[in-house]
Amino acid sequence: MADQLLQQIVNSLLIGSVYALVAIGLTLIWGVMNVLNFAHGDFLMLGMFTAFWCYTLFKMDPLFSIPVCAAVLFLLGVGIYRFIVSKVMKGPGLAQLVVTFGVSIFLANLAVMLWTPDFRLIEKPLLSGTWSLGSVQLSIPKFAASVGSVLVSAAVFFFLKRTRTGKAILAVEMNRDAALLMGINTERINSLSFGIGSALVGIAGAFLSMYYYIHPQVGGLFGLISFCIVALGGFGSIEGAFIAGILIGLVQTLGGYFFDPAYKYALVFLVYLITVWIRPQGLMG
Amino acid sequence: MDNLTRRKFLVGGGALALSPLVVSRAFAQGKTIKIGAVYPLTGNLASTGLDCKRGVELAVEIINGKYDLNLPLARTEGIPGLGGARLEVVWADTKGEPKNGQAEAERVITQDQVVGVIGAYQSSVTKTASQATERLKVPYVCSDSSSPTLTERGLRYFFRVSPHDGIFSHDQFRFLKDLEAQKKQKVQTLGVLYENTEFGSNVGKEELKYAQEYGYKVVADISYTNNATDVTSEVGRLIKANPDVLLHASYITDAILFTKTFKEMGFNPKGMLTMAGYIEPGYLPAIKADGNFIIVRSTFALDLAKKKPLVGQVADLFKKKFGIEMSENAARSFMAPFVLAEAISRAKSVEAEAIVKALRETNIPGDQVIYPWKGIQFDPKTQQNVHATGTLVQIQDQQYVTVWPFESAAKDVVWPFPAWKSRK
Repeated sequence: MADQLLQQIVNSLLIGSVYALVAIGLTLIWGVMNVLNFAHGDFLMLGMFTAFWCYTLFKMDPLFSIPVCAAVLFLLGVGIYRFIVSKVMKGPGLAQLVVTFGVSIFLANLAVMLWTPDFRLIEKPLLSGTWSLGSVQLSIPKFAASVGSVLVSAAVFFFLKRTRTGKAILAVEMNRDAALLMGINTERINSLSFGIGSALVGIAGAFLSMYYYIHPQVGGLFGLISFCIVALGGFGSIEGAFIAGILIGLVQTLGGYFFDPAYKYALVFLVYLITVWIRPQGLMG
Repeated sequence: MDNLTRRKFLVGGGALALSPLVVSRAFAQGKTIKIGAVYPLTGNLASTGLDCKRGVELAVEIINGKYDLNLPLARTEGIPGLGGARLEVVWADTKGEPKNGQAEAERVITQDQVVGVIGAYQSSVTKTASQATERLKVPYVCSDSSSPTLTERGLRYFFRVSPHDGIFSHDQFRFLKDLEAQKKQKVQTLGVLYENTEFGSNVGKEELKYAQEYGYKVVADISYTNNATDVTSEVGRLIKANPDVLLHASYITDAILFTKTFKEMGFNPKGMLTMAGYIEPGYLPAIKADGNFIIVRSTFALDLAKKKPLVGQVADLFKKKFGIEMSENAARSFMAPFVLAEAISRAKSVEAEAIVKALRETNIPGDQVIYPWKGIQFDPKTQQNVHATGTLVQIQDQQYVTVWPFESAAKDVVWPFPAWKSRK
C-alpha cells in the first residue's frame, strides 16, 4: 500500500528530527569535554516536567514555556558541571563515566519522590489534532515539534560557526591546549557547553511534552538512542548528529513497518554496529 | 546409667527441638490465627500494593467482626471452626521484586509461623513466593495474579481464586460470539497486538489459539517492545491489515502511547478488546476522553452492585473505612482471606495438610462472592477456581462500565467503535 509507505516516511522524519535535537545536545557536551553525559535522558525528562508544571501551575502552553525549559535546563546543566562534573574531570576517566550515571539514577528517583510515578499528559495543548493531506495523516503537534527541532538545530549550527563564542567552543573542541594558549577561558566554555547541551534537551522535552506522556522513567530509551545517534554521526559532530537522527528515525519506523515491530530497536542498533564497523569514527567524525 | 543418660538426652533434645512449633501452633489455636500477606508495599508499585492491602484489611475486619453480609464467616465473630479464633495478618513487603517475594514468604513462615499465605499481585513475584510456600509446605491462596502458568506447575499447596489470562482471552471470544448471536454484529477478522515479554506473549499465544478454534481470521499478528518511543510503524501495519476487531495486551506505557497514535493516525476498527494497561489506575487520568469506547477485561466493577446488592454493601463499607472507592485491585485481593479462613474453619485445624484438604473441598456459592461468578471450587488437578470468569468493561464517559456478560451488564455495549473523526 503506497499510502502507508508515504505515511511511514513522514512519521520517520517527525520522530527523527526530535531525536536529532536530543542528540545534538549530547554531542556538544561530548565534543567539548569528552564527557559522556549518561543523565541526558533524565535531563529530557526534567524538560518535559518543566513544561508540564508550567502548564499545570501557570496555564502556560508548552509552545510558550520553551524558553523556560531551556533556561531551567541551562542552569541545571551549568550547576551539574560546576559542582559535580568539573570536580571529577581531574580524576580518572572511569570516575567521569560513573558520576553522570549516578546523576541519572538520582534524578529519576528524585522525580519519583517529588512527583510520584503517575503518568501525565498535557491535556489541552494549543496545538492538537491532525491534518489529512491526501492519504497521509499529519499530527499537528508532532509536525510543530519536528519543525521546531530543525529550526533549533540550525540555530545551534549557525551559533557555532558564526559567533565568537561559538567559534571559541569549536576551538576548544578541536584542541583544548591550543585554545587555552590563544586566551580562551576553557573552563567557561566547558560550563557554557554543558549548559547549552542541557538547554537543547530541555527544548526537546518541551516539544515532546505536547504529545508524549510524561513520567520519571521516560528518558531511558530516548537517552540510549541518542548515544547511538551521537556515535553514528561521529562524536562531537553537530551535522553528523542531525543526519544520524533522521536516519535512525527512518530505520526504526520503516524497519518496524516492513520487517517486524518487535525488532525495530534491534535494527537501530544493528545499523549502528555495521556503521561503526565500516567507519569507526562515525558518518561525519 | 550411661544408656539412660543418652536416652534422656535424646528425648529431651527432641522435645526441645519440637517445642517452638508445638507451642506456637497451640497458641494459634487458642486465640489468633496468623496469615502472611505478601505485597509490593514500597517501590514503584507501592500505590497498587497499598490498594491490595486495603482489600485484605477490610476482609479481615469482616471475618473477625459480626456483619450482616452474605459473605463466608461474616455473620460470626472470628473463625467458628476454631472457637471464634481471630485472624491476624502479618504483612510482608516485596518491593515488587521476585527475589523478595521468596525471602518474605520464607520469613513470615519461619519467623511468624503463619498458617497460610496470600498475595502477591505481580505474577512473577507470586511465582517465587509460592515456590517458598511449596517447599515449606504452607497453603497459598492467590486471588490477584493472572499468569496462566502459575496454576500449571502442579503445586500441591497453591490455589488460585481469580481468573487467569487464558480465561480472559477466552472471554473475549465468548463476547464476540455473544455479540454476533444477540446483537447481530458480525466480526470476521482480528488484529492481535501484544507486548513481547512474559505477559503479552502468553496472551498473544492464547488469543491466536482461540481465534483458530472460533474461526476468526487473524489479519495482523504483531508483537512489539514495550516502553517504545514511538509506535507509528505498529499502527501503520494495523491500518494496512484493517481488522474488524483489535485485541491488545499491553502495559500502561504502551496503552497510553497506542491510544494516542490510534487517534492520530485514524485507526478505526469496529471494536478494541484490551487487557491490563488500559485498566491500570493511571490510564484514564492520563488519557481522559480518548479512552472512551475501549473495552477492557476486568474481574470487578462497582456497577455490578445493580445486579448484585452484596457488591454495593461491600463497596460502601470500603468507602467508609478508607475514604476512597474500591478499585479492581482491592476487590481482587479482598477474596483470598475469606477462602483461606473458610477452609481453616471447616478443617477445624491449622495443620497444613488439613487446610489443603479443606481447600480442595471448597464450595463457596456464587451469591457469596463480589464478582459475577457461579462460585468458588478448585479444579482437582490445577487447583484453579473453575468458576472464575472475567467481565468486560467498556470505558463510557471516562468510567469503566460493565457490558459483558450481557446478563450482568450495567449498560449496553457501544458497538461499533465510533470513528475518531466523528467524536467531539
